[in-house]
Amino acid sequence: MKSILEVKELKKNYGDFQAVKGISFEIKEGEIFSLLGPNGAGKTTTISMLSTLYAPTAGDATVAGHSVTKAPMQVRNAIGVVPQDLALYEDLSAKENLIFWGQMYGLSGKSLTSRVNEVLNQIDLADKAKNRVKTFSGGMKRRVNIGVGLLHKPKLLFMDEPTVGIDPQSRRAILDTVKDLNRQGMTVLYTTHYMEEAQELSDRVGIIDHGELIAIGTQKELTKQVGHTDTLILHISENEDANALADSLKNMPDVLEARATDHEVSIITPQAENILASVVSKANERGIKIRSIDIREPNLEAVFLHLTGRALRD
Amino acid sequence: MNKLLLIGIKDLKLMFRDRAALTFMLLAPFLLTLAMGFVTGRFSGGSTGISDIPVIIVNLDQGDLGNALEDLFNSADLAELMEPSASSDPEAARQLIESNEASAAIIIPKGFTQSIIPAAGATFGQDYVEPEPIQIEVYTNPSSPTSAGIVKAVVDEFISRIEEGRTSGMTSFLQLMQSGLVDPQNIEAEAGTLFQNVEQTESNTITLTKNTEGADAVEFDLLSYFAPGIALMFLMYTVSYGGRSILAERAGGTLPRLMISPTQTAQVLGGKVLGIFFMGVAQVGILILASTMFFQFRWGDALGVIVLILAAVLGATGWGMLITAFARTPAQVANTGTIVMLIFSILGGSFISLENFPPFMQTISKITPIAWGLDGFTTLALGGTLPNLVEPITALLIMGAVLFGIAVVLFNRNGLVQL
Repeated sequence: MKSILEVKELKKNYGDFQAVKGISFEIKEGEIFSLLGPNGAGKTTTISMLSTLYAPTAGDATVAGHSVTKAPMQVRNAIGVVPQDLALYEDLSAKENLIFWGQMYGLSGKSLTSRVNEVLNQIDLADKAKNRVKTFSGGMKRRVNIGVGLLHKPKLLFMDEPTVGIDPQSRRAILDTVKDLNRQGMTVLYTTHYMEEAQELSDRVGIIDHGELIAIGTQKELTKQVGHTDTLILHISENEDANALADSLKNMPDVLEARATDHEVSIITPQAENILASVVSKANERGIKIRSIDIREPNLEAVFLHLTGRALRD
Repeated sequence: MNKLLLIGIKDLKLMFRDRAALTFMLLAPFLLTLAMGFVTGRFSGGSTGISDIPVIIVNLDQGDLGNALEDLFNSADLAELMEPSASSDPEAARQLIESNEASAAIIIPKGFTQSIIPAAGATFGQDYVEPEPIQIEVYTNPSSPTSAGIVKAVVDEFISRIEEGRTSGMTSFLQLMQSGLVDPQNIEAEAGTLFQNVEQTESNTITLTKNTEGADAVEFDLLSYFAPGIALMFLMYTVSYGGRSILAERAGGTLPRLMISPTQTAQVLGGKVLGIFFMGVAQVGILILASTMFFQFRWGDALGVIVLILAAVLGATGWGMLITAFARTPAQVANTGTIVMLIFSILGGSFISLENFPPFMQTISKITPIAWGLDGFTTLALGGTLPNLVEPITALLIMGAVLFGIAVVLFNRNGLVQL
């Protein structure tokens, strides 16, 4: 299948700070590709460069064959962007917003009217079209925000954490919308720090951390990197010494790896149930109180943990 | 439709949906004008219009035109407005002005009429050279600027009528002679007839009679000064509000979204400027319409008013853009905009006539669109028309263009979108 997006050694520096450190990847037509990473990993900066908002410090990317640095206008015509933060005029109605943004994408006359009505139906806000956006709930605003990105039927849709800060029902509706769009043939680049969303939506996932793309592939390919292991996560109290506990667990049988973060100790093991009792007694021996325990089978979070030593939400 | 225009219209629509802004942009200046109307007695029946302006006429000419000007000031039409007195000593007249005993002295020099109407025996050959007209001196009292301004306006109008007649008359005669239609031998008699007509035309044209609006137009209403002053002051608020919207859009994410749509940066910035311009025009236009409807103000020549509004808004928009270019947050624009509004309204003469300021302050005031705008509106209120507004309009257009240019450079340097 043809590549619609090719990213080559893309870098972005802010002064001495390297926000994106030369990432390369490609997205095939019709794919949902997720960039998964914690806050501050460089996801939004990457999208900003790909959508021509920020000029890259180095490297380049092509969208449908057009360079983001050399042919930004052609790129803008080919892409739709759903920014992480709402970018709407709250004193305009949903319909007025869609009309305005449609005009900015060159739509006019009957094609604008019909496309606005289609999108209003698609985001399920046709009955609230004339209401001002400021009267909407967070989820409804998010849907209008998505609708704006769809107006000109872009070949490639960038969605930057579109479910941040909304209720589960709205989140569900957005994820379903993304899947619908993809079924209709739209290619989607989706950024998130929610492992579940990446798992549910993506054909392929790129894991990004500290501005570097540390892994890329299908979910199956990525979880293979971790092997057939479980991850046992011990949540301990704030004043407990996580590092000391992790160190004491490292030499236990069947513990492949033990890492401490702020108030957690993550243990990678072939079978979590087999070491659970020993781990708890080890913690008791050291006087460390365990607040809760999670057992996770191989998933993207385990991959992230495996690759970075940190949980995705850190 | 052009994206630039669409962005401007969108901003105008948003302004009309912002109740707080509307209150400040429209209601506040309207109420303040109303209050000034009561303070000045404009709405309480008292006549606060300027009358009995003491003016000294020194007619050293004693020719037809000098006498015509003197007659004009003594005419029944100007009886309520002017209180003329005659003098034969220019220096004494100037002294009276210096000692604040009159608002202006009109010194008509000897030979004024002859410098305009050819003397008997003058020859009109091919090499005829027109004499340089002798200037009438209007010696004004700085402490009564409005009254002095009215006197000057009447004299300017008189001279402008004579100039029109003289220029067209001389041109016609020279052409008639060159074409042989008029015998050079008879030119003196013909010219005499012509300039007689000019005198008559002039005296008929400068009619300040009530039924032709002349008397009312010249009777200067103090509120005609304060109303535009207040409108221009709040115009400064509006342009900073518009400028603030650029940074608010940047903070709210809509500006970056515009920048990643297939819209040129120049269109985005131009659209925002157009939006500010639309807001300013709408505000001043509504205030003028409202004051005309509710207060029966006469703003003067309609074309002049329209062009002056456009120029004043453009000049003010330049300031709005400059303030925005220096600020980093909408709050900074709001704060700076309010300070600039207050300083400019005082400096520009919104509350105190500029002519009461010392000369250096009057010079400084020229940086404000309020000063130039008021200059124009006062001219219109005194019966001036669009051609009399060349100076303020040019100044306002230059101000707008220069400030916009500086703002664009700053926007480019600081980055319109990047935080």
